[in-house]
Amino acid sequence: MKNAVGREIPDALLTGGREVYQGKDHMDGRYIQKAAPKTRRCEKPQESKVVESIAQALRQCKAANGMTFSFHHHLRDGDYVVNMVMQTAIEQLGLEELTIAATSLGSAHDPIADYIEAGKVVGIQTSGIRGRMGEVVSAGKLKTPAVIRSHGGRPRAIEGGEVHIDIAFIAAPTSDCMGNCRGIGGKSNCGSLGYAMTDARYADHVVVITDCLVDFPNMPASVEAIDVDAVVVVDSIGNPQKIASAAARISQNPRDLMMAEDVAKVIASTPYFKDGFSFQTGVGGPSLAANLFLEQYMDDRGIRMGWAIGGICGPMGELLKKGKVGKGIDVQDFDLDGVNSIHQTPGHFEMSASQYANPANKGAFVNKLDFVVLAALEIDTSFNVNVLTGSDGVLRGAPGGHPDAAAGSKCCIIVTPLVRGRMATVCEHVVTVTTPGDCVDVLVTDYGIAVNPLRPDLIQCLDAAGIPHVGIETLKEKAYALVGTPDDLEWEEQVVAVLEARDGTILDVVRKIRPFTLD
Amino acid sequence: MIPRPRPERFRLRRTMMFMNAQKPGLIKDAYIYGADSIMLDLEDAVAENQKDAARFSLYHALRSIDYGDTEVIVRINGLDTPHWREDVRVCVAGGADGIRIAKCESADDVHTIERAVEEAEREFGVEQGRTLLMAALESPKGVLNAYEICSASERMFGVAISGGDFRKCMQTTPQRDGVDMLFARGQMLLAARAAGIQCFDTVFTNLDDQEGFEAEVLQNKAMGFDGKSLINPRQIRFVHQVFAPTEKEVMQAEKILLAYREQSAAGVGVFTVDGKMIDIAFIPGAERTLRLARACGMYEGDLI
Repeated sequence: MKNAVGREIPDALLTGGREVYQGKDHMDGRYIQKAAPKTRRCEKPQESKVVESIAQALRQCKAANGMTFSFHHHLRDGDYVVNMVMQTAIEQLGLEELTIAATSLGSAHDPIADYIEAGKVVGIQTSGIRGRMGEVVSAGKLKTPAVIRSHGGRPRAIEGGEVHIDIAFIAAPTSDCMGNCRGIGGKSNCGSLGYAMTDARYADHVVVITDCLVDFPNMPASVEAIDVDAVVVVDSIGNPQKIASAAARISQNPRDLMMAEDVAKVIASTPYFKDGFSFQTGVGGPSLAANLFLEQYMDDRGIRMGWAIGGICGPMGELLKKGKVGKGIDVQDFDLDGVNSIHQTPGHFEMSASQYANPANKGAFVNKLDFVVLAALEIDTSFNVNVLTGSDGVLRGAPGGHPDAAAGSKCCIIVTPLVRGRMATVCEHVVTVTTPGDCVDVLVTDYGIAVNPLRPDLIQCLDAAGIPHVGIETLKEKAYALVGTPDDLEWEEQVVAVLEARDGTILDVVRKIRPFTLD
Repeated sequence: MIPRPRPERFRLRRTMMFMNAQKPGLIKDAYIYGADSIMLDLEDAVAENQKDAARFSLYHALRSIDYGDTEVIVRINGLDTPHWREDVRVCVAGGADGIRIAKCESADDVHTIERAVEEAEREFGVEQGRTLLMAALESPKGVLNAYEICSASERMFGVAISGGDFRKCMQTTPQRDGVDMLFARGQMLLAARAAGIQCFDTVFTNLDDQEGFEAEVLQNKAMGFDGKSLINPRQIRFVHQVFAPTEKEVMQAEKILLAYREQSAAGVGVFTVDGKMIDIAFIPGAERTLRLARACGMYEGDLI
């Protein structure tokens, strides 16, 4: 069946009430029955939940074949915990038929590819997938199609019972002996623990894994002891160098700066740019640099930003400290400035992934957002964005919060260079639709700006401000003129990954890639 | 092959951005930053044993990239090198809008290049007189001969000073108040205005000193320069900001031109606008203001 972004979704996937994507806000107003976990009562007084090893924690949580284990990705590419747990479960306890439900996975998890190939890991549910794991899944070696969800889609699916977590493993920079966790104060700090919160509340069992046991009570806790079954102390949960980058610096690349300036111009031309406005940006070159130019426009108009969400990194933290931003609310920290600021700088708070972006709750931050500035691997002439698959069709990216912030915000700006090497970023059809075009409003490239025709109001704003813009077709033509028209990719029938829209409908599928051969 | 329109001798040239002609990654889309002119460099940016490679890259850029209405000028190697003749041939064959004569010291230098350009235009079947020229003054002798250089050819559209070399000759270094080059800049401006051509200031090379850059651009504007050479796209924005006319200037220019049309149709030569006496001498300045305003997105009317 064809969905609202023109993608053919195999009927075999549309079982159990599963629908195809029918446009944004399609599910608005519907009711969901939340799925409560089955948890163990701890009535007797207890001194400590610390157990000797991961294996012991697994046994205590009745780990069995066919279970779903969940993980968060706050340790990013420095994470040791996913590999540690899976190795113990598979090699020590001999478990199989396991599903990994992670908030995201990266190249730190390359060893998991072996377990997929050996048939021990049979399911993957994640926002991001990269490295060797992306390659083996794209090669069709995972027993069931991987499910790719946005950061808001995941808590929705967990709360609605579509994903049932048997055991959640919480990598914690600090924990006390009862399992109160925080993302700061240890030796592998990651700042916010926002992605772990829903997992801890909805999993049947919760195991905290830390490399820094602190005195009870570790307050204020991001993950609370009331949800935790066991605490395991290991030598190291991750490589600090890869958890948070050094302070994110604003790019000096003239191309990035030019695009960033255009982004700020567009923002300043809209009616939403007024005192108390809200803003989210990524840490990519031009997105981050937009902060700099935005500050100038704020000063010129004598206005303040009400609140920012993200990813609060160095430059936004500076605005917070200068009082130019009222509050910063973080689901995740990328750089050391962010890690060191959360809970310390007044006005810098932590939030859960559900609070950030879940379309099925009653107060996600993204739904009150004025502006979001996002990047893209590809964007097509219907403004559909791909941030998941490479130009070779292989899984190597992450929707993350992209589809959520795009859908929720009043003005979603995509900023990307027109071409990357020989690849046209603006194209006829993206390989995979990860953010539907009806959620994307403006495209800023180094060769010009295009506004989605669905937003005539924004077109008027740009015209009134004298900001030149062109049709997105023109940008695509320019890109193809520069690097040539790409050939279509060739696929097998087998679906290797299902891409859920944030509301749980099916937005697209990724099929097994047919290896390219030269004639 | 991308056909380029015949170059305009007098056009808006607030910013001239230098780019190493040898680097395809830089020159492939140098126009996107919005400089009025780009200056593809075959001279100092290119190592002695890479001159040929740079010409090759330059030629193909000129033939295959659509620079739109960004002017494309090439800085060729000096007359004291074995390279300049081949540089001129490649510029003309590729269809560059203009050539910047490095280390120009006399009208004879301009004539030497002019003859080579004429020859190349014949050789490659390019319209005679199409290729424009500008001179870079880099020595005390060049500055002293500024007027004869500026008026040496119908192809000459402007003159620029090259601060680095000039300051070395003068045994000085960049000074905050510009006193090091005050006389040279003044002399060059006088010569350019007397000869009726444009005048451009030298590059500001310390990218970390934004304050110093801004002070220099403001002084350039105050002295009456038409524009400035730049080394980085990041410098474009401020120069365009400074060289933009004020809203008051735009309104005044509009009033003058409107009044001039009405009055001259009625046979009146001298008239007043807002209490100020206006005659034909004010017209070119008012037109220049409106052209500048249009380029800055401040004027959409049809008086020019």
